[in-house]
Amino acid sequence: MLGAAVADALVAKGHLVRAFQRGPLRAGAAAVELVQGSVADPGAVARAVQGMDAVIHLAAKVSTTGDWADFEATNITGTATLLAAARDAGATDFVFVSSPSVAHFGTSIVGEGAGAADPERAHGHYARSKAAAELLALAADSPTFRVAAIRPHVVWGPDDTQLVERVVERARAGRLPLLNRGSALIDTTYVDNAAAAIVRGLERMDQAHGLALVVTNGQPRPVGELLAGICTAAGVAPPSFSVPGWLARGGGAVIENVWTAAGRRGWVHDEPPMTRFLAEQLSTAHWFDQRTTHEVLDWRPEVSIEQGLERLAAHYRR
Amino acid sequence: MVAQPWPGVEASWSRYLHVPSTAAVDPAGTVHKWHVLDNAADLAAAGLEPVGTLLCVHGNPTWSYLWRSLLAAAAEAPGGPWRVVAVDQLDMGFSARTGVFRRLADRVGDLGDLTTALDLQGPVVTVGHDWGGLISLGWALAHQDQLAAVVLTNTAVHPAGYSLPPALTLALHPAVHRWGTTTSATFLRVTHSLAQPVLAPTVRAAFMAPYLSTARRAGVGNFVADIPAAEDHPSRQALDAIAEGLRTLSVPALLLWGPKDPVFSDRYLRDLLGRLPHADVHRFEGASHLVQEDRDIATPAFAWLAGKGLVRTLPAGSGTAGSGMAGDGGPARATAPAVPVSNPATFRPMLAELDSRRGDRSPAVVDMAPPAGAPSSLSWAELAERVDDLAAGLAQLGVSAGHRVNLLVPPGIELTTLIYACLRLGAVIVVADAGLGTSGLSRAIRGAGPDYLVGIDRALVGARLYSWPGIRIAAGGGASSGAGASAAAAAKRRLLGAAASVPGLLASGRALRAAGQAAPFPEPAPDADAAVLFTSGSTGPAKGVVYTHRQLAAMRDTLAATYNLRAGTALVAGFAPFALLGPALGATSVTPDMDVTAPRTLTASALADAAAAVSATTVFASPAALANVLATADALRPEQRRALDAVELMLSAGAPIPEPLLARVQELVPAAAVHTPYGMTEALPVTDIDLAGIRAAGSGNGVCVGTAVAGAQVAIAVLDGGGVPSDAPSTTPWATGEILVRAPHVKDRYDRLWITQTHSASIPGWHRTGDVGQLDDAGRLWVQGRLGHVISTAEGIRTPVAAEHAAASVGAVVRAAVVGVGPAGAQVPVAIVETTPPAVKAGPAPLEVSEAVRSAVLQDTGMELAAVVAIAQLPTDIRHNSKIDRTALAAWASRLLSGAKAGRP
Repeated sequence: MLGAAVADALVAKGHLVRAFQRGPLRAGAAAVELVQGSVADPGAVARAVQGMDAVIHLAAKVSTTGDWADFEATNITGTATLLAAARDAGATDFVFVSSPSVAHFGTSIVGEGAGAADPERAHGHYARSKAAAELLALAADSPTFRVAAIRPHVVWGPDDTQLVERVVERARAGRLPLLNRGSALIDTTYVDNAAAAIVRGLERMDQAHGLALVVTNGQPRPVGELLAGICTAAGVAPPSFSVPGWLARGGGAVIENVWTAAGRRGWVHDEPPMTRFLAEQLSTAHWFDQRTTHEVLDWRPEVSIEQGLERLAAHYRR
Repeated sequence: MVAQPWPGVEASWSRYLHVPSTAAVDPAGTVHKWHVLDNAADLAAAGLEPVGTLLCVHGNPTWSYLWRSLLAAAAEAPGGPWRVVAVDQLDMGFSARTGVFRRLADRVGDLGDLTTALDLQGPVVTVGHDWGGLISLGWALAHQDQLAAVVLTNTAVHPAGYSLPPALTLALHPAVHRWGTTTSATFLRVTHSLAQPVLAPTVRAAFMAPYLSTARRAGVGNFVADIPAAEDHPSRQALDAIAEGLRTLSVPALLLWGPKDPVFSDRYLRDLLGRLPHADVHRFEGASHLVQEDRDIATPAFAWLAGKGLVRTLPAGSGTAGSGMAGDGGPARATAPAVPVSNPATFRPMLAELDSRRGDRSPAVVDMAPPAGAPSSLSWAELAERVDDLAAGLAQLGVSAGHRVNLLVPPGIELTTLIYACLRLGAVIVVADAGLGTSGLSRAIRGAGPDYLVGIDRALVGARLYSWPGIRIAAGGGASSGAGASAAAAAKRRLLGAAASVPGLLASGRALRAAGQAAPFPEPAPDADAAVLFTSGSTGPAKGVVYTHRQLAAMRDTLAATYNLRAGTALVAGFAPFALLGPALGATSVTPDMDVTAPRTLTASALADAAAAVSATTVFASPAALANVLATADALRPEQRRALDAVELMLSAGAPIPEPLLARVQELVPAAAVHTPYGMTEALPVTDIDLAGIRAAGSGNGVCVGTAVAGAQVAIAVLDGGGVPSDAPSTTPWATGEILVRAPHVKDRYDRLWITQTHSASIPGWHRTGDVGQLDDAGRLWVQGRLGHVISTAEGIRTPVAAEHAAASVGAVVRAAVVGVGPAGAQVPVAIVETTPPAVKAGPAPLEVSEAVRSAVLQDTGMELAAVVAIAQLPTDIRHNSKIDRTALAAWASRLLSGAKAGRP
């Protein structure tokens, strides 16, 4: 979803865009050139970056479960491969799309800026691998090959399979609890804002290179209100039951282990209903001080949460 | 060098030196190894030349580690750099164990030996704690050529005047002394446990480090045994010499005190103040014996030194605010010559009006519900006589100029007589409101430390129960009729520990005067202290506010000029502070029948009866009282309504009052101009507005409180993006900032709160109110809340009041508070609301309520709320039940919205 939005935003600004992805272009995609392939394939990567001035790296394995080796291969090795190929191909600018979870260690984030990525302390395979990849990317920053890391936080919008679809499915199945009555403040990012900020990262590379910048809507809300807004937009009943955060975190870890074991035996194929990571995300505050981001990118989010929810509702009504 | 790391101590500070001893207890030629913490090497390495030296002396059973915060701050202190030498006394800390019992005189001499060996150059400030305070003062008296100032923290110089505190008595008891202090580490552990909050384990370990074995602890035991508890103690003479010598010290003195200390309690502070009357004092409410551990003493200590001009120059930019402690703050008295209002030529003493009307037989004071046996009214002539009688009686008891007299007596004729009798003698009245609650009142009385306490029976019971300081005097109407009744009263007063009674003092004073034996009354100096009034305590512990005679007179003159009060005015005194001024204004005043500790007990009938009794032209009341007056207005009889019809001025003071309520008040007193002043205990009043003015102002960002009263000026210290006020008074319209007041009737200072006072007077000539507001282009002041309640968002600062009004306009919302959550500069606003039906459990408000509140606030103020939280009841102060404690609420909301267990606000 975010990749497509970024491509749209670039095309709208008159850039020539090449997409590098495993599958075909979605229907109705903007006029972009396509190279199909995986970041695990150095040849494909080299072909993808050939002749390009700048690279925006959004490819990642995003999941709350799975084996470390898969995360390492896609997120760390894949980033290293892409960085090397881009530099070899003569590209001068590189935007690494990261995640605030690289600097989230399970406690609340209350109005802080972008902390340093730490693979040792980040929670979960995804955050750890992204943290290592971000460190690699920013280490590659130089006057001739400039690298910036943009960390959009909890991106959502129409066509979103990461958050919106999961929330809606769980709510529909009655499996979406609120943790601590949904009181934790969470800042999210409407997809168009995330895309615009990433494009600004490229345009403001003079100021942004070498930095990691958290991007959000700048509208923290109690997580219960956000989930209710998404459910209402999708036409399903909002979550109505709450469990204590400590119980979910403990229970999430147990469920996660059971599910992982069951998955290895081929008994289950979906993601566990609750993981420790998800429980942390839903029961602790994470919202950010956006002043540095706004200043460096010279950018403000254009789509408010309320407008985003209206667009989401329109999408579901289709 | 000591290799062992102690938290907060740089290795470079720790040094040993060998010092020849001149002590009589040591054989000639003895050399002792001393350990000190000394930042001299650091200063030299940085190329810094110190302006002087702080010589810090610990007590028992601590060591130089106690002073690490001074060492850490010394190099960059405003007006510094300072050298800090913190010594380990012999047999203590890491200094030598001498094997000799060292007494007080030895220890004073030891310290002199050390400073001789150190060859200290330039001015020296002694800093002491516990028994180290006494020793540091012994050094100070012996080195006055070098002495620049003395700083003392919880210490005592003369325990003999009092019985020793129980904890020390126990430590001295032969049965426990050796075991408690030396054999075991009990004395150490108990002392360390006094810290509030508790010490970190690493800090506790550092305090314990030099005393890990019985042999190392010998000094601890000897120190306790050297306390000269009895007259014949070997150290008694040395103690007396220091305690009395102290009276000759004229260098600046600073006392930093933890009043929760179970050993060195407030009584020793009062004793010290008797010996060092010029000392500046700050009592850290809630701090205990180890005040250095409980609070930051380094910042105020260095700021105080800088302000005393003991240093060459202040570095530029040292006056930036934001630390809560203004760096350029000098001693308040020196920097606070507000506008010279009543210049000496025009100063009219508080008693001048009363004295000029000695022949006037018209009523001066009327009491609608006098205590049994007390008069229900006095003429001017009678009041003047009674005041003089009581003053003569008090003087005979020992009350004299400068003594503090705590008045725990309800408003009425007796209180009025006491107040003016004290003013006549130059005694300082201490007035704390029973609305503070027992613990708040206790704190206030201990803080003010009165010499005398006059109270009704209930107050004397409290005085006895809670050991409030002061010689007790029983109030009590004046029931002197009937020998039997008086004998019973006398027995009761003995039981309450009262040394005298007001009726008794009146009688003895009258007899003295009749016999021509009363001493002539002194003329109080205009700039001498006249009163200590306590704040409401709705924003932290109640603070004592000191007024001089000149400032009280200025308050009187401001009221007279603003409201045209004069001889012939008859006023109903339903609001205490102003009511006390009636006799000074020349106005006849009547106290209505009500329970003054509960303003809500004033009924419309009681108000009307009081008005009728004196043909009142003026009514002073509080908003809470007026609310009840309106609620009971239906019971008014026609003649009572007629009494209210004659009222020309209705004043509602104490808290802002909403326009609809004021409009209903207007209906009750149709002929009156309805006014509501804005002010605080530190400045009463500051501005004034009437009902028409409120209507003309309309709604805006905050509450419009009108324009400055006669003689007062209002300005704004504009806030920066982080919510920090500037140091420059501004009158630019619509700029939001801290409200500043300059007026002849602004307080002289906060009592025994040097830090608070320095901050409040850090803009010379102005009082910082701690309130936030803005001036409009017509010069009207709009109050927007407290400085601590400002929300500092990424888009700039926001104030809560207008948003709260918008939130409360939503149907389901009863009352709302808006607070900031998150770090300064990146806060987001959050509304906390009481709803109908009330929230069963505090948490995010129902979605429809959240939406309605969010959109109402956005529409009215442009403020976007991050969250709307419902709660059963907002926390408010006991006294007014109206001031919401937003600071506590913000902390609570932060916990809740971070997903943590929130508990109660």
